[in-house]
Amino acid sequence: MDIKILGTGCPNCQRLEQNTKQALEELKIEAVVEKVTDIQDIIGYGIMSTPALVVDGNVLLAGMVPSVNDIKEKIENYIK
Amino acid sequence: MDIFYPIQILADWLTYVVFGIIPGTLLAGAVNFFIFDTIKIFLLLLVIIFSVSLIRSFLPPEKIRNILSHEKKYFGNILASLLGIITPFCTCSAIPLFLGFLEAGVPLGTTFSFLVASPMINEVALVLLLGLFGWKIALLYIASGLAIAIISGIIIGHLKVENLVEEFAYKSKSNGRLQLPEMDWKQRTDYAKNYTADIIKKVWIYVVVGIGIGAWIHGYVPADFLARYAGSGKWYAVPLAVLVGIPLYSNAAGVIPLVGVLTEKGVSIGTSLAFMMAVTGLSLPEFLILKKVMKTKLILIFAGIVGMGIIFTGYLFNFILGH
Repeated sequence: MDIKILGTGCPNCQRLEQNTKQALEELKIEAVVEKVTDIQDIIGYGIMSTPALVVDGNVLLAGMVPSVNDIKEKIENYIK
Repeated sequence: MDIFYPIQILADWLTYVVFGIIPGTLLAGAVNFFIFDTIKIFLLLLVIIFSVSLIRSFLPPEKIRNILSHEKKYFGNILASLLGIITPFCTCSAIPLFLGFLEAGVPLGTTFSFLVASPMINEVALVLLLGLFGWKIALLYIASGLAIAIISGIIIGHLKVENLVEEFAYKSKSNGRLQLPEMDWKQRTDYAKNYTADIIKKVWIYVVVGIGIGAWIHGYVPADFLARYAGSGKWYAVPLAVLVGIPLYSNAAGVIPLVGVLTEKGVSIGTSLAFMMAVTGLSLPEFLILKKVMKTKLILIFAGIVGMGIIFTGYLFNFILGH
């Protein structure tokens, strides 16, 4: 699974990264979490509010920092 | 009846009975004012931010962009400014919004209307204005903020300054698919709850300090003390207020309670409005960030037009409401 955190480095982006890493750990999913900070690349995903979570090229959420449980739910729904 | 009356009873009880401060003293005035305002503002923050973020969950910026890319001039400016009210704006979101709008074909003027309205008319400023100045001033602030946003956008649209925007803004690049799922009601209320908690966590200290200093001034500084320096008769008061307001963006939550009290002590209402608009609408960090996507000249044009609009508003209300 290829996971990207989109954000220009604001505190919210770091919180999303931490929550995502923890969610993956709790789900026991091995994945590479990559940060995308270049603004042109971020816009390329069609989003306008950061931070955003992208799994295998699909934007699962944008403009908010959900709890670890919410992220787990979203990733589980995506896998299904 | 004043809906805040029960809070006043609570504040009176705390001040005179629990703390045992003698009514009528300067200290009693300050403490009573502090308790009353703090409770009132936090209640308003809870209710209004929650409602606004609930509305917002129906209108994420991605959706707003789609709406605006289909609108014509003038109407697009008006719509962009109105949508700017419910959108939160932090300096770190300025660039993605700006680029996302242009790339989707939203005209530059419409984009600027949004860029002006979004930070200037934000929910925290609204709560503080409503709580500390009353609904009339809050409405005046919204109306003049909207007018400035709409007119600035129309002017910038007419200037044909697209060449001052960095070229890459118009190049679209596609990295992935956007498929944000529709939220259900539980997710919407969760989002609103989290957002409200986030904002309150971020601003409470400024609000408390602002109201605290305000309470002290309220109790100890004589009324009309500032009228000599910043009354409506002083021509330089408005531009000076705007200049001082530009670097204060991050502290908007603490500045507004202070301004509330300064008005009470003789600063004229037009000057206060201009000052608050400069604090929220003209932000130095935002200008620095925007440099990544536009030439300095365009930032200066943008700041210049908005600044003139704010100064004009200040003079206008000093003239109409001057005391």
